[in-house]
Amino acid sequence: MHVPDGFLDAPTSVATGAVAVVAVGVALRGARRELDDKTAPLAGLVATFVFATQMLNFPVGAGTSGHLLGGALAAVLVGPSTALLCMTVVFVVQALLFADGGITALGTNIDLMGLVTVVVGYLVFRGLQAVLPKRLSLVAPAAAVGALVSVPVAALCFTGLYAVGGQADIPLGTLAAAMVGWHALIGVGEALITGLAVGSIVAVRPDLVHGARRVLERRTLEVRTSDGVAT
Amino acid sequence: MRRVSTRALVVTGVLVALLLAGAVSYYASTSPDGLNRVARDQGFSQTQARHHADGSPFAGYGTKGVGDRRLSKGVAGVVGSLVVLALAGGVTVLVRRWGPQRESRPERESVEHGGR
Repeated sequence: MHVPDGFLDAPTSVATGAVAVVAVGVALRGARRELDDKTAPLAGLVATFVFATQMLNFPVGAGTSGHLLGGALAAVLVGPSTALLCMTVVFVVQALLFADGGITALGTNIDLMGLVTVVVGYLVFRGLQAVLPKRLSLVAPAAAVGALVSVPVAALCFTGLYAVGGQADIPLGTLAAAMVGWHALIGVGEALITGLAVGSIVAVRPDLVHGARRVLERRTLEVRTSDGVAT
Repeated sequence: MRRVSTRALVVTGVLVALLLAGAVSYYASTSPDGLNRVARDQGFSQTQARHHADGSPFAGYGTKGVGDRRLSKGVAGVVGSLVVLALAGGVTVLVRRWGPQRESRPERESVEHGGR
């Protein structure tokens, strides 16, 4: 969903750029709280994995492809603020080194593929965690659902931006339907990859997974009381 | 299950990412992505401007001067992964250095203990 230069007009690009700057600023503050000795090494890995996986376009039918966006994945693994910083690094490198995603559209891309997928993916994930039983086995499925929802929402947000500052006159209903339709399919791929990746790390080191913390706190306390071991 | 060290996990993960970007990416679909498809169908793809970074040696996920397509994309993928790893790692280190970790840690612990 990398928006190239020329799709949106200058004022819209300036506005999305401003939103991106504020969001990254807030994330820089938030990430201080998320990153501790345990989780910090995971941040570089998450950014690298998102970059690598974004190169893997999978077919979604009829001559169309999609790739992981990764906001939900990153948010569940390292926390939403650190996730936005990871995603921003990926988009900056893609725009400057690989000519993927416009340079004047960098803010737009950080907002749509970073901010929106991180926030929506994480909110859906936390919402599910609140209503589902606190089990480690449910962390990956909840992350997958967050991922599934995040992609069409990002597509809808693009449509909103296009309504404000699109460079061509396109009927908005048709545009929204086409964007959400294709990206709902891409969201299925996003959900599968997110579920697999989160599931793999939860299987070996759940203590490193930001989104598993609440579940683990509970479990650790249960073990202590049943063993009667004072620590 | 045997506890995997953080170092082993991160090294394995980075190797997987390098394999994906360096080798598997060759087999990725080259069809237009969702947005490009919609832009073509709805007739606004022609407003796309020439990319400012078209002159980059890795523009379009290829490596300038490398004829073999598999190698060209593989090298671009590996270079990109390593650049992202270095930048994201650097940002993490800087955030932690600036951050008031010592202030926030006891605060979080007290919240955890206070919860029970």
